[in-house]
Amino acid sequence: MKRLGPRLEEKAARTGLWALTLITVGVLLFIIFYILRRGLPVLSLEFLTTNPMDMGKSGGIFSTVVGTVALSVLAIVIAAPFGVGTAIYLTEYTWGGPLTRIIRFGAECLAGIPSIIFGLFGFILFVTKLKFGWSILSGGLTLAFMLLPTIIRTSEEAIKSVPPAYRLVSFSLGSTKWQTVTRVVLPSALPGIVTGIVLSIGRSIGETAATIFTAGSALRMPTSLFSSTRTMSVHFYILAREGISMPKAYGTAAILIIAILGINILTYYLMNRFIKKYS
Amino acid sequence: MAIIEVRDLDFYYGKFQALRKISLDIEKNRITALIGPSGCGKTTFLRSLNRMTDLIDDVRVTGTVLIDGEDIYRPGIDLLDLRKKVGMVFQRPNPFPLSVYDNVVYGLRVHGLRDPRALEARLTRSLEAVHLWDELKDRLDDNALRLSGEQQQRLCIARLIAVEPEILLMDEPCSALDLAATANIEDLMAELKKRYTILIVTHNMQQAARVSDVAGYFLLGELVEIGETRRIFTAPKDSRTEDYITGRFG
Repeated sequence: MKRLGPRLEEKAARTGLWALTLITVGVLLFIIFYILRRGLPVLSLEFLTTNPMDMGKSGGIFSTVVGTVALSVLAIVIAAPFGVGTAIYLTEYTWGGPLTRIIRFGAECLAGIPSIIFGLFGFILFVTKLKFGWSILSGGLTLAFMLLPTIIRTSEEAIKSVPPAYRLVSFSLGSTKWQTVTRVVLPSALPGIVTGIVLSIGRSIGETAATIFTAGSALRMPTSLFSSTRTMSVHFYILAREGISMPKAYGTAAILIIAILGINILTYYLMNRFIKKYS
Repeated sequence: MAIIEVRDLDFYYGKFQALRKISLDIEKNRITALIGPSGCGKTTFLRSLNRMTDLIDDVRVTGTVLIDGEDIYRPGIDLLDLRKKVGMVFQRPNPFPLSVYDNVVYGLRVHGLRDPRALEARLTRSLEAVHLWDELKDRLDDNALRLSGEQQQRLCIARLIAVEPEILLMDEPCSALDLAATANIEDLMAELKKRYTILIVTHNMQQAARVSDVAGYFLLGELVEIGETRRIFTAPKDSRTEDYITGRFG
């Protein structure tokens, strides 16, 4: 084949890449608009603030919103300290020896496990063995396990991006490791860590497989950590799967999409601030 | 009186020996320049004096280092106190991304000083000592990263002397600065030696000749020669020192 020559090649590449980008963005926008077009007409304040009735055929989705928020909050409250603590330990307190590598490798493997496996694990351990039943507690713990690798990973990256000079200076002034971590490293790494945590919130809100096994699918308003509850994504799944009400399903999906978009935009904003600060 | 006494110091990174049988005495209130080609152990030696080398994995040290008569490699020594006493200025100005105020009082807070008035007093004194007070007294809340390179390096020195060290280790403190700033920092060093003992690593032989009282020549991990700067530069005893000084080597 005859070569095109650099100028023509450049033009072809530009057009090709442009087309690829256009298709990607197009598909994304199509999905969002498709769901919003069907979901938005259903949305109203009432839809958000009344409980589902007749298995979700009528009424709103209030109890599932509460259930989703409860699960996500519990998951983050557990996963964030464990994840950030592990990340601090791995980056600041070890020399990167075999143990560190094993922990890091383990965390990465954990990240690759399909969420339904986490669901099964949570079902066996929390729901049956520990007798928490289908509950916010079981679901939150399971989600926490699922989020840990992401939080460890993003926190580690954020901590590693703190210039080593800050640590050197801090130690050279006679600080302990912990003082250095809390006064210099964490404040600098915080936006990155928060970004990771916010992304994890997004993931936990959208998670279905891990929660349907562990939190159950009760439509009643949850009253305690031991109540079974149904998350929005599980609600959507059941409404659509069992053909209960497609409009309500799309309404739920629209809320989910809006919530996750909102969270991603927030993350993007935080990320930008983080980058600006260190360039 | 010697404030630092080093005897037969060997230093290893894993299997690599970075320092070989270093022995020297350093007098109080003098500026000692460590000269020599890159990678010959000057920075390692400097960092071994406040045990910043502990931050690197797999290092081994033999021999003794006495500071104020105390063996700093004896088991159970308090590294935090050691580093408070033996402080460091780095090659690149490296203020924390905090305000001028928070930078200067960082070390004080770390060592438990809380009283705002005491912090303020030390802040003023430290900034005055590095001639930054008049420039910065109205900008104490500014982020230190917005200062010029020279101001940043002065600020780093102020941050260090705020914790009242006895010894200042300076690792090429002017290499990231322009000529005018370098001259200013050198003047500052001459003033600071009245109160502190200074060791400076430098690649700039003119700088060593200008600022130091004593100069030591490091080559391949050995201290080839150490003595009065004027003598080292005019009548070196070792031919290797002469080769380096006259520019035939290095």
